[in-house]
Amino acid sequence: MGDLWQGLSQAFWLVLSADAELVEIAFRSLRITVSALVLACLIALPLAALLAVRRFRWRRAVIATLNALMGLPPVVVGLIVYVLLSRSGPLGALGLLFTPTAMIVAQMIIIVPLVASIAHQSLRDLWQEYHDLLISLNVTQRQKIATLLWDSRRALLTAALAGFGRGIGEVGAIMVVGGNIDNYTRVLTTAIALETGKGEFALALALGFVLIALAIAVNLVIHWLGRTEREGAW
Amino acid sequence: MSDLFPLTVRDAVASRQGKRLVGPVNLDLSGQGACVVLGPNGSGKTTLLRLLHGIARLNKGQITWSCPKAEAQRRQAFVFQHPVMLRRSVLDNLAYPLLLRGVPRKSAQTEAAKMAERIGVSQMLDRPARVLSGGERQKVSLGRALICKPDLLFLDEPSASLDGRATREIEDILQSAKSAGTALILATHDMGQARRLADRVVFLLGGQVHEEGTATDFFARPKTQEAAAFLKGDIVEC
Repeated sequence: MGDLWQGLSQAFWLVLSADAELVEIAFRSLRITVSALVLACLIALPLAALLAVRRFRWRRAVIATLNALMGLPPVVVGLIVYVLLSRSGPLGALGLLFTPTAMIVAQMIIIVPLVASIAHQSLRDLWQEYHDLLISLNVTQRQKIATLLWDSRRALLTAALAGFGRGIGEVGAIMVVGGNIDNYTRVLTTAIALETGKGEFALALALGFVLIALAIAVNLVIHWLGRTEREGAW
Repeated sequence: MSDLFPLTVRDAVASRQGKRLVGPVNLDLSGQGACVVLGPNGSGKTTLLRLLHGIARLNKGQITWSCPKAEAQRRQAFVFQHPVMLRRSVLDNLAYPLLLRGVPRKSAQTEAAKMAERIGVSQMLDRPARVLSGGERQKVSLGRALICKPDLLFLDEPSASLDGRATREIEDILQSAKSAGTALILATHDMGQARRLADRVVFLLGGQVHEEGTATDFFARPKTQEAAAFLKGDIVEC
């Protein structure tokens, strides 16, 4: 219990004193996760819309696979990305291993199935509701997808926030592909793992509290910007 | 009269899971005024309208317009019994079909505002369409269907479950659309509405056209016992 209070007060002072290292690590965490999330959304949202409106032979199998991949073990993703990006791997020539880019790639792979599955659920429901209207209006496939994505934007925001939550709290994959290099690939979660390993529980807890506060702050800002819960009837 | 017509339906059959919903139907429509499709529940009114508009698929037979099918579909609109409102404002719901056709947003919204004025929803342009009452939603749905000035408007029981005032408002809009040259094909249960709007009547029974003719003849001198019973308000089974 003492460690908890000590961690909480240390977190408070770290934030209050705007500790340079903490700020740098926090911003790096944010930058990597937001980059991964944006890329993941660019893949996952159109994919989810396509799965909602298009009937093709392996559609159910694709949806089931996406759902199953939501539980993808991050360490395994990290390992696969590591093998691909290592010097002897097929993408070794790019020299990306132990860089923030590798961490973004790993996080993106973890986030895509989660965002796509959640988004698919809401887009499918909306498509059922809009089906007859959009068919009667002779919409093209592109217009159909654009309409569904726009009209589901608040639900999709929730999907994106779930992806953000998964990404910002992720440690296994980014530790493997990022290497937790000081001033370069160290992020909040890998720093917590390091401090815990060193026995610095109070500092680890302080970083943990900062991480939680950061995640909550981002969610609140997105909800505020997205005007969710204010115009439920939309 | 639009060059969409004549509409010719030959041996049209629609089935679902082995059950025949409609057909075989043979029909020739000239597209003048309003054609009202009457019939008891389950007689195939909605299915026939959906087939004609192309929302439902034929299993057999053919439906021919006097212009290519894609062109014909582009010049029609459909109003559903339960209006589907997009998760947008009333103004954006009305402007949506114009935006789909590539009309710039500003012009589309100006047109939408004019349409809102015409259908009597101009005081609620910025409200989310999904919070409107049933009658208001149906008016928005009607405005959205009319905004592209269709040559033909399908209406599937547009005033079912609406009160008298809302029904009158809907009918006023339909009358003015009819006067402006839009042909109507309307399925209804409401005999009063059928008498007020119809120029022709198609009476369906068991998924087939049981009787067809001008509204004056149909209401004054029905040719079949079933049609006469239906007009009297007796229970007619499919």
